[in-house]
Amino acid sequence: MIVETQCARFESIALEGGATLSPVEVAYETYGELNAARSNAILITHAFTGDAHAAGISHETAKPGWWDNMIGPGKAFDTDRHFIICSNVLGGCQGTTGPGSINLVTGLPYALSFPVITIRDMVRLEKMLVDSLGISHLLCVAGGSMGGMQALEWAVTYPESVRCVIPIATTWRHSAQQIAFNEVGRQAIMADPDWCQGDYYDKKPPARGLSVARMVGHITYMSDESMREKFGRKLREKEKFGFDFGVDFEVESYLRYRGSQFVSRFDANSYLYITKAEDYFDLTNGTGKLTDAFRTVDTRFLIISFTSDWLYPSYQSQEIVRVLRRLNGDVAYVDLRSNYGHDAFLVDIAEQSEIVRGFLESTARLAEAA
Amino acid sequence: MATRAEALYHHPVTLSERPDFAVIGEIVQPGSRVLDLGCGEGELLAWLIENKKILARGVEISSSDVRRAIARGVSVYQGDIDEGLADYPEKAFDYVILSQTLQETRSPLKVLHEMLRVGRRAIVSFPNFGHWSVRTSMLFNGQAPKTRMFPYNWYDSPNIHFLSINDFEDLCREHKFPIERRYFLAGSKRVERFPNLIAQTAVFLLG
Repeated sequence: MIVETQCARFESIALEGGATLSPVEVAYETYGELNAARSNAILITHAFTGDAHAAGISHETAKPGWWDNMIGPGKAFDTDRHFIICSNVLGGCQGTTGPGSINLVTGLPYALSFPVITIRDMVRLEKMLVDSLGISHLLCVAGGSMGGMQALEWAVTYPESVRCVIPIATTWRHSAQQIAFNEVGRQAIMADPDWCQGDYYDKKPPARGLSVARMVGHITYMSDESMREKFGRKLREKEKFGFDFGVDFEVESYLRYRGSQFVSRFDANSYLYITKAEDYFDLTNGTGKLTDAFRTVDTRFLIISFTSDWLYPSYQSQEIVRVLRRLNGDVAYVDLRSNYGHDAFLVDIAEQSEIVRGFLESTARLAEAA
Repeated sequence: MATRAEALYHHPVTLSERPDFAVIGEIVQPGSRVLDLGCGEGELLAWLIENKKILARGVEISSSDVRRAIARGVSVYQGDIDEGLADYPEKAFDYVILSQTLQETRSPLKVLHEMLRVGRRAIVSFPNFGHWSVRTSMLFNGQAPKTRMFPYNWYDSPNIHFLSINDFEDLCREHKFPIERRYFLAGSKRVERFPNLIAQTAVFLLG
C-alpha cells in the first residue's frame, strides 16, 4: 500500500487560548474507501511525536507508517472495511501548521509568536478536516498516549459525531510526574544556546537540547524490564570500560542514536508547544469532576492500558472506567499484560488487535442497527 | 432493518456447556439491563444479547477472558467483583448475575448485598456442596472432596467458600434476602425433591 500525504487548508481556526490562527493547514493521509453511507470512517490520532503517516509505505520516504502493524487490509483497523484518516496535529512539524510554519503576516516562521495550543484545539482542527471530507459521523476515533487524549476529547466535545472511541495507554489529565518529564524535555531544549529563544530557523537548530529531551522521553516509553532485556549492562563494541565519558553501555549508544535520529525529523519548538498542550490537558477543565465531563456522552468506549506502562499507569485509565461505570456508560476495559512499558501500544499489538477488531465489528453492527 | 441484538452476532451462541445458563436465560426478561459478575468470556451475555436483546455489561478479573469477551463484542471491563460494584448507582440494572462465582468471592455477603443494591433482582447460581457425591467422597476418603463439580485439589481450587443449598437458604432467611424463585439442577435436569442431596447446581432469583 503506497500512500501519499495530502494537505487541507482552512481559512482560520479560533483557539482555546483566545488567539486565531490564519490560515491553517493540515497534513493527512487516508487509507481504504469511504462507503456510500459514509459510515465507515475512523480517525486515528497520533501520539506526541507521530505524524499523518500512520500506515502503508510512504510515497516520499518509502518508510512504513507508525501504526502500520495495526492499520491495513485484514488488520485491526481493516482498510478493506473502513476508511481510515490520520492527520498531523496542530502545532506539529510534519505538514500541519506549527511554530515552524511561515506566518503570512511577517513572512517569517512563527517561532515563539505561535499561539499556545491545547488538545482541544487539535481536536477542533481534526473536526474541521473530517467535516471537509464530508463525514458527519465517525465510526471511531482511536489513538494511544496523546492520541488517546484526543480520542477522549472527541467523545466529550463531539459526542454526537463519534460512535465509539478507543483511548489507549492514556489519561484524562496529565499528572505531576507526566508534567515533570515534559518539563525536563523543555528545559533541555531551552538550555541549548542554539535555541535562541526559539528563533533558530535560519540558523543551527538546538540539536543537543532536543536530543537530550528525546533521550529522556525514550526512557519513559520503556520499562525497567524491557530495558533489562534489550540492553542489560551490555557494553557497546568493547569488552572493558573505557574509563572516560564516551559510550560504554549499549543503552547509552541506543539513547544517543534515538536522540540524534529525532533531531532530523522533529522541530524543537513543536516539542515545546505540544508538550505544553499535553500538560494543560484536563478533560474536566480543572474541576476534577470527570463525571460532569462524561454526563452527556453516550459514545461506546474501549479503554486499554498496559501493565508495565509507568508513564501512563493503568490507574489513570481505570479512573475513566470507574466514572463511565458510575454513569452506566458503555465501556469495555482491559489491562493488557506486556513488558514493553508505554511503547506497548505501538509494538505489542497481537492482543490489542484482537480486541480492537471485535469491538469495531460490534460497534459497526450496532451503528447499522440504529 | 436488523435489531440491535441481531446486529451484534453473526453466529448463534449456544448454552450447552453450562446448565445454569439455560435457567438464567429463561429468567431474564427481554430488553432488560443485565450486569454479569465474573462473566468469563462473555458467553452468557452474548447469548442474552442475541436471544433476549438485553443491554449487557460484564465484569471479569482475568485479562485473557476480558480480551475474548470484548473481541466477541460484549462490553466487559477488567476488575474485581468484590470492589467493582461500589461505583454503580442503585438499581442501575434489572438483573445482576453471579453465575458459579459466589463460592470464589472473598466477601460473599457483601457481594450479595451490593447485587441487590445495584440490581432490581439478583440471579445467583452455585455448585451445591451438599450433593451426595461430595458427602460420600468426604465420608469414604476422609479427604477434601474431589468430585465432578469440585474437581480441584484443595491447594489450587478457586473456591474459597463451600456452601450447600441449605446454607444459602439459611443465609437468605437470616439477612432477609427475598427469594423469588429457586431452581435446582442435576446435570441439565430439574430436581424437585431433596435438592440439597440431589441437585448439583442451584439457581436463585432474589429480589
